[in-house]
Amino acid sequence: MPRQFTPKVVTANALIEGDVVYLTSRDDWTRLLHEAEVLTDEAHAELRLLEASARHHEAVGVYLADVKLEAGIPQPTHFREDFRRTGPSNYFHGKQAESRNS
Amino acid sequence: MYQYTDFDRAFLAERNAQFRQQVERRISGALTEDEFKPLRLMNGVYLQLHAYMLRVAVPYGTLNSAQMRKLAELAERWDKGYGHFTTRQNIQYNWPKLSDIPDMLDALAEVNLHAIQTSGNTIRNVTADHFAGAAADEIADPRPVAELIRQWSTDHPEFQFLPRKFKIAVTGSPNDRAVTKAHDIGLRMVERDGEAGFEVIVGGGLGRTPMIGKVVRDFLPRADLLPYLEAIVSVYNLLGRRDNKYKARIKITVHENGLEKIRSLVEERFATLRAQFGGVDQEMLKGIEAQFAPPAFHASDSDDFQAAYDSDPVFRSWVDTNVTAHRRDDHAIVSISLKAHGKTPGDATAAQMRVMADLAKEHAYDELRISHEQNVILPHVPRAALPRLHAALKTAGLGTANIGLVSDIIACPGMDYCALATARSIPIAQEISERFDALKLEHEIGDLKIKISGCINACGHHHVGHIGILGLDRAGVENYQITLGGDGTETAEIGQRAGPGFSADEIVPAVERLVLGYLDLRASADETFLQAYRRLGPAPFKALLYPEAREKAA
Repeated sequence: MPRQFTPKVVTANALIEGDVVYLTSRDDWTRLLHEAEVLTDEAHAELRLLEASARHHEAVGVYLADVKLEAGIPQPTHFREDFRRTGPSNYFHGKQAESRNS
Repeated sequence: MYQYTDFDRAFLAERNAQFRQQVERRISGALTEDEFKPLRLMNGVYLQLHAYMLRVAVPYGTLNSAQMRKLAELAERWDKGYGHFTTRQNIQYNWPKLSDIPDMLDALAEVNLHAIQTSGNTIRNVTADHFAGAAADEIADPRPVAELIRQWSTDHPEFQFLPRKFKIAVTGSPNDRAVTKAHDIGLRMVERDGEAGFEVIVGGGLGRTPMIGKVVRDFLPRADLLPYLEAIVSVYNLLGRRDNKYKARIKITVHENGLEKIRSLVEERFATLRAQFGGVDQEMLKGIEAQFAPPAFHASDSDDFQAAYDSDPVFRSWVDTNVTAHRRDDHAIVSISLKAHGKTPGDATAAQMRVMADLAKEHAYDELRISHEQNVILPHVPRAALPRLHAALKTAGLGTANIGLVSDIIACPGMDYCALATARSIPIAQEISERFDALKLEHEIGDLKIKISGCINACGHHHVGHIGILGLDRAGVENYQITLGGDGTETAEIGQRAGPGFSADEIVPAVERLVLGYLDLRASADETFLQAYRRLGPAPFKALLYPEAREKAA
């Protein structure tokens, strides 16, 4: 039996700032994981990855990251993605310190 | 220290102008990331977890106060007010914007600093003994030779696309403070028949396949250094594997081909190259050596020092741990700890950098050094100035008396910043140092090197830590392996894995069991952790780490 496709988001780093961004269903980039488009269909996910990868003048290192849905809101499944969403643990820097968009 | 010539300045200005255009073309969309990445890597620009990272070289670890102030300015203007000093005598900025980096590089060029060849498959920043020029045990200052190597390797047309990165370290002392045996090439100054030369060590390295370097030439006359280095790197350039990134470092080339074959190829190539160099390198070296003349030391009366030492226990404790003998009796080498308990190892704020710059200017002949152990050194301090220096450091949060002790931990940035990391390093270092500070046992425990890496690439030198900690990802959870008995000095050894890893919650208690257990195992208060480990072997230390296994076996 083929492995079941788990929910994913398209993520990357912004070209100028270098910070973590996620692709939304409106085809723009958000800094916030909970605003990302959650992809539950494998073929659609591959298509969205291709589309995002073509936007190399906006974002770098595009890939699909696993998420789990909690009350309909995407949450990271791996600690690396949790740090990417939050920022470093030694200083209150990065996303955790930024109030914009939130 | 070395003063840039017009040639050096023009070269740097041109490189910075080129990179500025490359960044503009990337931002305009004219360059894709695939096209841009090798260009940014030639200039020390990485893309990490949360942002770009700029790695700036501190060649052979030497700075003057103007340079240190410039590093502070970069931290403040273009970063978040701090910088991170690394195990290869670099400083890393964790938060620059891509569009700001050309301005940062131009600012660095104002004080003869750069980020060239701090990444990519090139000869990296040449590192040196951080006590160079000051140490009592030194044969000669290794920095003129390190500067010669910097000039030779910078933009060397043959060595811009090596199979893999290439790291050279040099020391002028028999006591190896530069980890020369864990470098692609390590150079140790030695004397034979009254003449100074180099023992040339090749193929050391940590990472995925840790290896202690092997002596390829036991005595190389100083005049032959550059042609010999060029011979080694050119042999590696042809022979090194390009099919597999993990087998591409020279340590694997030496391992697979055998030292004898490498040696004969190097000697053969050297015979050709030596004639071609024709002595021009030695003329250049003479010019460089003149610029590394020691400062005009003034005699220092030690009465003030002795009075403070006798009356102030905090000062005394700091002197006993952080001050090392200088080659002049009336001077001292001061190590400023960037390992305040609970803080990030190797980080300094812009304000702290300025304090260190001011103190270097006022008390230390305008010289600073960065150590591979992520501390800052004032190499020449008159002993009479030590009490005032200590008071100023204390006020700036830089007075921690822990050099060489449990809390003087090397830690790589780990998964708090690094895109390659498999686990975090910094919080583990913070917790260990806080724990041992609370126990108030550091000074009783004595010399102990704990080194932490957040992945097998081993930037935190965990293999050569007396206690090494390696952070891994085990089924989506951070897990920490302990290695024991590593040593990064002239008696270098790779630490051995102690057993199964520990969770993030278990690792600090495990280290505590190990260190407190050592206090019971040591033969006397003078026997260090490493000496006790070498005398007793791993068994009693493993028993401390895994008490449940001992109970089961009983």
